[in-house]
Amino acid sequence: MNWLDTILQGVLLGGLYALFAAGLSLVFGIMRLVNLAHGDLIVLAAFLILVLVTALGLNPFVAAVIAMPLMFAIGWALQYFLLNRTLGKDILPPLLVTFGLSIVIQNGLLESFSADSRRVFAGSLESASVNLGPVTAGIMPLMTFFSAVAVIVCLNQLIYRTSVGRAFRATSDDPVTAGLMGIRPQRIFAMATGLAMVVVTIAALYLGTRANFDPTSGPARLIYAFEAVIIGGLGSLWGTLAGGIILGVAQTVGAAINPEWQILAGHLAFLAVLLFKPRGLFPRAVD
Amino acid sequence: MALLETTGLTASYGDFQALFGVDITVGIGETIAIIGANGAGKTTLMRSISGVLANAAGSILYRDEPIGALPAPDILARGIAMVPEGRKLFPSLSVEENLLIGRYGRKVDGPWTLDSIFALFPILKERRHNPSTALSGGQQQMVAIGRALMSNPEVLLCDEISLGLAPVVVRDIYAAFPRIRETGASIVIVEQDIAQALKVADRVYCMMEGRVTLSGAAADLSRDDIHKAYFGTEHHELA
Amino acid sequence: MTMAIPSFTVETRTKASPLTAIAVIALLLLAFAAPFIVSRGVIQDLFFILTMLVLAQNWNLLAGYAGLISIGQQAFVGFGAYTMFGAVILFGVDPVLAILIAGLFSVALAIPTAFFTFRLYGPYFAIGTWVVAEVVRLLLAQWKTLGGGTGTSLPRDATRDMMGVGMMRDLFGMKASQAGDALTYWLALILVVLTIGFIYRLLRSKQGLGLAAVRDNEQAARAVGVDARRMKTFVYLATAFMTGVAGALIYVQKARISPDAAFSVTDWTAYVIFIVVIGGIGTIEGPILGVIIFFLLQNLLADYGSWYLLMLGLLGIVIMLFAPRGLWGLFSDRTGIQLFPVRRVLKGGPLNLTHKGGPHG
Repeated sequence: MNWLDTILQGVLLGGLYALFAAGLSLVFGIMRLVNLAHGDLIVLAAFLILVLVTALGLNPFVAAVIAMPLMFAIGWALQYFLLNRTLGKDILPPLLVTFGLSIVIQNGLLESFSADSRRVFAGSLESASVNLGPVTAGIMPLMTFFSAVAVIVCLNQLIYRTSVGRAFRATSDDPVTAGLMGIRPQRIFAMATGLAMVVVTIAALYLGTRANFDPTSGPARLIYAFEAVIIGGLGSLWGTLAGGIILGVAQTVGAAINPEWQILAGHLAFLAVLLFKPRGLFPRAVD
Repeated sequence: MALLETTGLTASYGDFQALFGVDITVGIGETIAIIGANGAGKTTLMRSISGVLANAAGSILYRDEPIGALPAPDILARGIAMVPEGRKLFPSLSVEENLLIGRYGRKVDGPWTLDSIFALFPILKERRHNPSTALSGGQQQMVAIGRALMSNPEVLLCDEISLGLAPVVVRDIYAAFPRIRETGASIVIVEQDIAQALKVADRVYCMMEGRVTLSGAAADLSRDDIHKAYFGTEHHELA
Repeated sequence: MTMAIPSFTVETRTKASPLTAIAVIALLLLAFAAPFIVSRGVIQDLFFILTMLVLAQNWNLLAGYAGLISIGQQAFVGFGAYTMFGAVILFGVDPVLAILIAGLFSVALAIPTAFFTFRLYGPYFAIGTWVVAEVVRLLLAQWKTLGGGTGTSLPRDATRDMMGVGMMRDLFGMKASQAGDALTYWLALILVVLTIGFIYRLLRSKQGLGLAAVRDNEQAARAVGVDARRMKTFVYLATAFMTGVAGALIYVQKARISPDAAFSVTDWTAYVIFIVVIGGIGTIEGPILGVIIFFLLQNLLADYGSWYLLMLGLLGIVIMLFAPRGLWGLFSDRTGIQLFPVRRVLKGGPLNLTHKGGPHG
């Protein structure tokens, strides 16, 4: 009974991790860029939502909808004006520039909002729950999970069913030949990062309403996102969801045994996957 | 008069200069063949015109407008599409998707649609949902040509389309050229297969070591002239 | 191979190097004499500079030469420090000896770490090393004997009775705390000399050439018989040793440890990365210049708290974009001066060809 509940909470938590990871996975898939500031951008989006909620008295969901185009613009500009300059054969410049960016965002937030823990309040939704036979699930965790599923469905539709999605894949294959098709890789990359930031905003909404966050929460979110991506296997968004679920279940089960083991159990699950399935559980056949 | 014209075109890869003042003209509806041995600069010429190679100097005029400094997407938007050397299909895209992406940067209505490409190369219709990597070399070349046609170009640049293909396959592909000509498009083909090129071309440019060594109407050029321009020596019987 | 032609000679020496050698020896003599000349505060500052320099040289060897971009070197700083604490507190080992043990334990940690993280593709390797550092931190936070999450201190008599302290008291008439600072300072100085000496020799050796080949083009290097994986593993283990030793030494001087401080990504990796990037990645001189600039900036801007880090981050980004070989790279390009020449120059022979290659090529 209790265990079933623990596992359900873990699965739902996995939805949050999949939301953290989806943007990272999208950007890596298209331009082989790993953005070390990804977690800090999630926290930045959470602060943006917080500001909209407290300053304008908006409902958090409305605030997130307003934050989405803003974050898209931030992501687009970041990629177009900064990160595109670092792309190339050498992996050092993008890593070090995004690492620097991570430090800049963290300390910028510290200056603006102090080191205090914050939270976005979602009103009565926070305590609402539904009975699913033997277990109970909170409305917010359920919404998180189904948002993750919806995000993945939408991204897959976009990537595999639209003209822009074709351009994403073509650019990922061969940016020079993509240019001959009229595709401007620099803009495709900017659009992909902008899109990743929209997903980041959705992740930030649930991060902010679910638990406390502060300006230094970013790196841990990056690590969870990364673990979900690697556990799932590169190149598959559904794999990323599976990776998030495994990470989430490992954490809640670990926490059920000893509250201090929550994070550690997640890391150990990640290392176990790396040990037995170094290419992840659901790797793409070709890469 | 000329649709596309290069004057004194030079290009280099780092320290290596590949083109030394190349002048060619392409008229409306004309088919031009550019022949020459490996390393003659043919592909460099195509890459310079299509905007893939950025460091070309000299002038490239298209409808009397300089286009030499434009990047590839802007060249395509003006109506010059390229079939790149080595086909360069997108492995992540299916056959149909490879064709559709040819329209990405130039959505112009014209004779070429998915249906008319499938009519031109019926085998592609059967395999439309296959990954492009699952096709034979000849079929991949058909996709590459179809992909370029999807933008309904005014000039079609074809770089080494017979390279690595069996003669019978090359014949099948060249069989499509009269139909492409009928649409009124100008065609520039770069070929090492001289016989094939002479069959479809109105005019021929022969290149050697980055320079045009011979040009003229395909019908007027003798085998000796071509051989000399191609190899830089008098004609001797080929072994 | 061209090297087999007898009229060619391969040299790595430049005009500046004999002068450098004399200057370095003079500087070292002065540095060793420092505890008798300057105040304890200055010695503590110098200790900080030297230990950061060791960390920076090691990170530079990893990222700038072996192409292994780690953001998890705090794993070895923290693990080395905890090993030293464990050896001193649990087994009563002399702290100086415990520093060496810490180095060996760090290598022992690096073996499984390499086993896991080397499976990850380039950029993901970076995050993988970070995860390992987090795992080690969380595990050590469970170790109640060493204070768990809140940490613990070294027993007072452990550092007072440290190897050499008694002798220094008798010989130089120093107080125990003063002698302790002088001792850790000298150890740091020796560690710097050994680290730079090791890296310099490694880069000038055949293995160093292989390393440069691997960094420039791993597949081509493999094709001519360079075992890329072995070279990378060797470098990874060697830097784990030196980083672990440095971590232990830092915490002998601090004498108080906690998991959050010992595994701090800001203190032991972010600062180190900025030192290397600002000074010049892929050169031995870069980190030396970088650590001096870093120390000056820290003293100037320490009061500004997070503004200081924010500025350091921006500076790192700007340098990476506009001067990717750092300030030393700018200086070296303009003057041609190299203090530690590791670039190979082909001399003599029929043509006066300059063979551009080596780690700077």
